[in-house]
Amino acid sequence: MRMRRARRVVVRAAQYAAIALITLFAVFPFYWMFLTALKQNRDLYVGATNLHHVPWVFNVPPTLEHVQLLFQRTAYLVWVRNTVFVGAVVVAITLVFAAPAGYALARLVGRWGERLGIALFLTYLVPPTLLFIPFARIVSVLHLQNSLWSLVVIYPTFTVPFCTWLLMGFFRSIPRDLEEQAMIDGYSRLAVIRKVVMPLAVSGLLTVVIFAFTLVMQEFVYALTFISSVQKMTLSLGVPVALVRGDVFYWGSLMAAALITSIPIAIVYNLFIDRFVAGLTHGALKG
Amino acid sequence: MALPSGTQPASGSAPPAVAVRPGAAFRRRTLADREDLLGRLMLGPTLLYVIALAGIPFLLAIVLSFSDARAGSLSFSLVGLRNFLAILPDPQFHRALWNTLLLTVVSQAAVLVLATTSAVILDAGLPGRRAIRFLLLLPWAVPVSLASLAWVWIFDSTFSVINWTLKALGLLRTWLFWFGDPALAMTAIITVHVWRMFPFATVIVLAGLSAIPQDIREAAVVDGAGFWRRLLQVDLPLLLPVAIVAVLFGVTFTSTDLSVVYLLTNGGPYNSTHVLATLAFQRGILGGDLGQGAAVALFLLPVLVVVAAVMLRLARRTEVGA
Amino acid sequence: MGYVETRDLRKVFGDVPAVDGVDLSVAEGEFLVLLGPSGCGKTTLMRMIAGLETPTSGEVYIAGERMDADVPPRARGIAMVFQSYALYPHKTAAGNIAFPLEAAGVARPAVTQRVQEGAALFGIGRLLPRFPRQLSGGERQRVALARAVVRSPKVFLFDEPLSNLDAKLRALARYELKKLQRQLGTTTLYVTHDQVEAMGLGDRIAVMNHGRVLQVATPREIYDHPADTFVATFVGAPPMNLIEVDDRTLLGFRPERFLPRPAFDPSADVVPFRLRVQHVENLGADRLVYGVLDERARSDQPVIADLPVTVTTPLGEGQVYDFGVERRWVRYFDRQNGARRGGGAA
Repeated sequence: MRMRRARRVVVRAAQYAAIALITLFAVFPFYWMFLTALKQNRDLYVGATNLHHVPWVFNVPPTLEHVQLLFQRTAYLVWVRNTVFVGAVVVAITLVFAAPAGYALARLVGRWGERLGIALFLTYLVPPTLLFIPFARIVSVLHLQNSLWSLVVIYPTFTVPFCTWLLMGFFRSIPRDLEEQAMIDGYSRLAVIRKVVMPLAVSGLLTVVIFAFTLVMQEFVYALTFISSVQKMTLSLGVPVALVRGDVFYWGSLMAAALITSIPIAIVYNLFIDRFVAGLTHGALKG
Repeated sequence: MALPSGTQPASGSAPPAVAVRPGAAFRRRTLADREDLLGRLMLGPTLLYVIALAGIPFLLAIVLSFSDARAGSLSFSLVGLRNFLAILPDPQFHRALWNTLLLTVVSQAAVLVLATTSAVILDAGLPGRRAIRFLLLLPWAVPVSLASLAWVWIFDSTFSVINWTLKALGLLRTWLFWFGDPALAMTAIITVHVWRMFPFATVIVLAGLSAIPQDIREAAVVDGAGFWRRLLQVDLPLLLPVAIVAVLFGVTFTSTDLSVVYLLTNGGPYNSTHVLATLAFQRGILGGDLGQGAAVALFLLPVLVVVAAVMLRLARRTEVGA
Repeated sequence: MGYVETRDLRKVFGDVPAVDGVDLSVAEGEFLVLLGPSGCGKTTLMRMIAGLETPTSGEVYIAGERMDADVPPRARGIAMVFQSYALYPHKTAAGNIAFPLEAAGVARPAVTQRVQEGAALFGIGRLLPRFPRQLSGGERQRVALARAVVRSPKVFLFDEPLSNLDAKLRALARYELKKLQRQLGTTTLYVTHDQVEAMGLGDRIAVMNHGRVLQVATPREIYDHPADTFVATFVGAPPMNLIEVDDRTLLGFRPERFLPRPAFDPSADVVPFRLRVQHVENLGADRLVYGVLDERARSDQPVIADLPVTVTTPLGEGQVYDFGVERRWVRYFDRQNGARRGGGAA
């Protein structure tokens, strides 16, 4: 009995240790961003060979000068604006395409709907790496080089398939009875969608808005390919590309930018992750 | 959209107890009732959009790989297998192909182990589970380019906190130039990929674990199965489909990723850490040889075909089961 | 012509016929129950009448008008109550009840008035501001009924609306539903797999199996003169006893007609059987006697007798007793197709 108890304690302790290590691995870069963003330069740029200078803590009082530099002397706020602009337009386009398509796949097109839905989803998996070269041609044909509109045209190619798939799952989770009841209660299918389905799908639509927006915020490859001038960049491109001048790295400001950009996304992600995973795995979990 | 049917005002002031007799327009079927047509109208634009901006470019990618297209000029002619013949004996291409494979396999193996471990522990009812999950999710939420940048700083040749810590612990005698040595550079790249992908896999596996019916687990406990037997014979087999989803996403994102390598090493040192994606970018966009870039990228296609096939299988299985 | 009528109605899913040529005629004001085991096609039949399912072939008429694919559910003048009640979770009880009225374009003040009237009819006035998740099962069922009633439909369609209630509530709800239908006089189709519900509610019952209607008749007729062996064994609990007479004939009688000889009037015309008692269940109001017939030819045919508490004959397990059935309660069926043979019709 006591042996058993002891073993359980050991197993528990091992589990705690393991999860602690894993969590440490996950958050360590963020801690490092935080330290770097607020350290004074004389605390920051001390060679790692100096074992008397512990880099894990503030050795001199923290400072906001890197953050100030970021906001006042760089195009960070322009990038924020660009990102919000592209994000908003792409989200709008995504909803216009994905919401009707998701509903059609869930309810209207019958058995081959499932297959079409999977085919659509698979296009999400076709990577930017395969597509950026043909896109480069399309963008130049449309004369959209170095324009935010090139991103507006291209980004829905991955947000639309992905969000269609997610929404299909959300629409399927609305009981069919409710829609049929409304049709009997005197409404056409279209009116049912407007008056019953949409109000019930609000949280699903919201999830899709959030994820489409974060997908846009995270995108790097297309932005790198199509945007060249600093004033047209989005956050994920501007920070790593334009804040680095030749070999001169403003590490304090860079890390401040990374941290300030990441934290809001992380919080929003965390709020919606359960719905997101449910939508994503609704095929695999059902079985 | 205006609906003549649903919003008609009552004819006159009908006494409440008498049924409303709607007009003739209400009776007949309109477009708003035709499910087949509605379905096509609602799905059509999306299908067209996806075909136009994903399907056609995809085919164009294949066509370009057989052409001499160059950036800046719109005309091109087909040159048969010339691009492929150019890259096939190219040692840089071999290296990139091998790196892509190594990166994908090693990082996904590590991701799977880390994700299953953390999911099983979290699922065992750890206090502070929500907080830990939030922390674990951070790497997945941060834009990959910004995260890569943080890692560049962490692996910095002069100021690396990793080197300092290893030295302070007495584990390191020499100095690690993370991006100066091919093997170390690959290690760094793999580390970043694992760091980025495992949180997502954890969440998916966690969702899979909580979807296992409680009575199955309780039955296993009653049958006297211990922790390990329960894990190996009940949880893991039931987790398999979910784990496959996680791995499929992981494989797709890792094998095709450009940003991590581009920002960490940009293929260096001496072009030793290129993966197919960065090599395609270098040849196609920076070098201007769209044809060769497309040919390099096309070698990612087999991976996607396999992923697609497994996805379809999985979907078909659940379709039958549903 | 009936008020609701189907003509040779068929629905095939893939190559499985769910409804296989049904001709049904419901009179105006009638309460007709569709009774059958799950998968017999009764729900599909109802959904085709509602317009939720398109028939593979055949015709549906409501109030003399042909309801083809051009008449959507909303235009059929029907109200339906689903097993799940299908209350809109984003609307209050009042909003739920008002929803069909709004569709019909009833003016605001009239809507409010009729919602109040409907709620009063079911005694749910104080529940009107609540959302469905704040209501109990019984309350939800009332809201669903109120929603069906307020717009005075031509036809009520009920899809097992009582099966989500607990047994006690169900009996009360059954009574109230029947009373309501009498009061309104609205033609009603009611789907159920519960034969007690069917017997209690229906003016007539249509028994279905494998997509076909086997018999349409009053509950009494269905019970006493089942059209075939399926109806005979599906309706009644315990089911009718079926005895093999010869290669071509089955003989049937209800367990409660199967009594010990002393229980009969000496002048009664009784068909005698010898029963070897195997097991007796005392249920309080009656005794269920399980046994096999102990006849000269064979002694392996299981039968059940249902003895009312007034029959006090002591019965010991393993013993053989003289039992019997009055001749007028004996039915004969064809062994090949199960159909009842003539004679004994009411």
